[in-house]
Amino acid sequence: MIFLTRKAEFSSAHFYWNDSWSAEENERVFGRCANRNGHGHNYTLEVTVSGNVDPTTGFVVDLKELKDILEREVVSVYDHRHLNLEVPEFRTAIPTTENIAIAIWQRLDDKIPNAKLHRVRVYEMPDLFADYYGER
Amino acid sequence: MKAYLSRRYHFSASHRLHTDAYDEAKNAAVFGKCNNPHGHGHNYTVQVTLSGQVDAETGMVCNLADLDGFAQTNVLDYFEHTNLNTLECFRDTVSTTENLSVEIYRIFQGFTAAHLERVHVEETSNNSFDYAGGSMPAAGSI
Repeated sequence: MIFLTRKAEFSSAHFYWNDSWSAEENERVFGRCANRNGHGHNYTLEVTVSGNVDPTTGFVVDLKELKDILEREVVSVYDHRHLNLEVPEFRTAIPTTENIAIAIWQRLDDKIPNAKLHRVRVYEMPDLFADYYGER
Repeated sequence: MKAYLSRRYHFSASHRLHTDAYDEAKNAAVFGKCNNPHGHGHNYTVQVTLSGQVDAETGMVCNLADLDGFAQTNVLDYFEHTNLNTLECFRDTVSTTENLSVEIYRIFQGFTAAHLERVHVEETSNNSFDYAGGSMPAAGSI
């Protein structure tokens, strides 16, 4: 069993807001992240898959194919977009780093041939990241 | 859904690796240049990992502002620009980053808004140490 990790990057805008709360409550809980005009980050995505090394190719997965899957399923949807306004899953879920990691897992699950999705790690910035392993 | 949140903090401190259990020659032999009597220093990075269910209302494992406030008060204000050897936690133990990791883990156990998974401490960009609990010494005994 080998674990293989591929990185990708996307830059997006977002804000944190719970519609069922008052403006004061949103600002108290989310602070500057509640600014409705949004703010942005350069996100780094690390996707780790596990699998056995194919004896013929020496690959767990074809890296070009994995790169294309990340591009198609995630980067093309998130990059240079406003997550709250333009990405369907964040019309209801708040685009925190935790929820972004979960959403990316759901976008990628069962889409990677010959390998099992092991971990989705999303860096909002170098000093803050969230991991999701598909746990309920 | 259970997610893991990791946050990195930075502080700078000096230390000297030395134990009274050894004589001068053995300290020099075991700890090498880290035994320099005048001490030396590092820019430390602390990476703390917390886990929990993502709150349906906030989308968070825990509120980052609360975690940052806790880390500032209990970790950074305590270690920043100190000589680690002068601190109570290193009165009886060597100020290695292994022992520092255990002490920082003990401190973060006081943050109760999420489950503490692991503390990862980087002494330099080439040395790092992880502590995830287990064989936990009593508070203050490390």
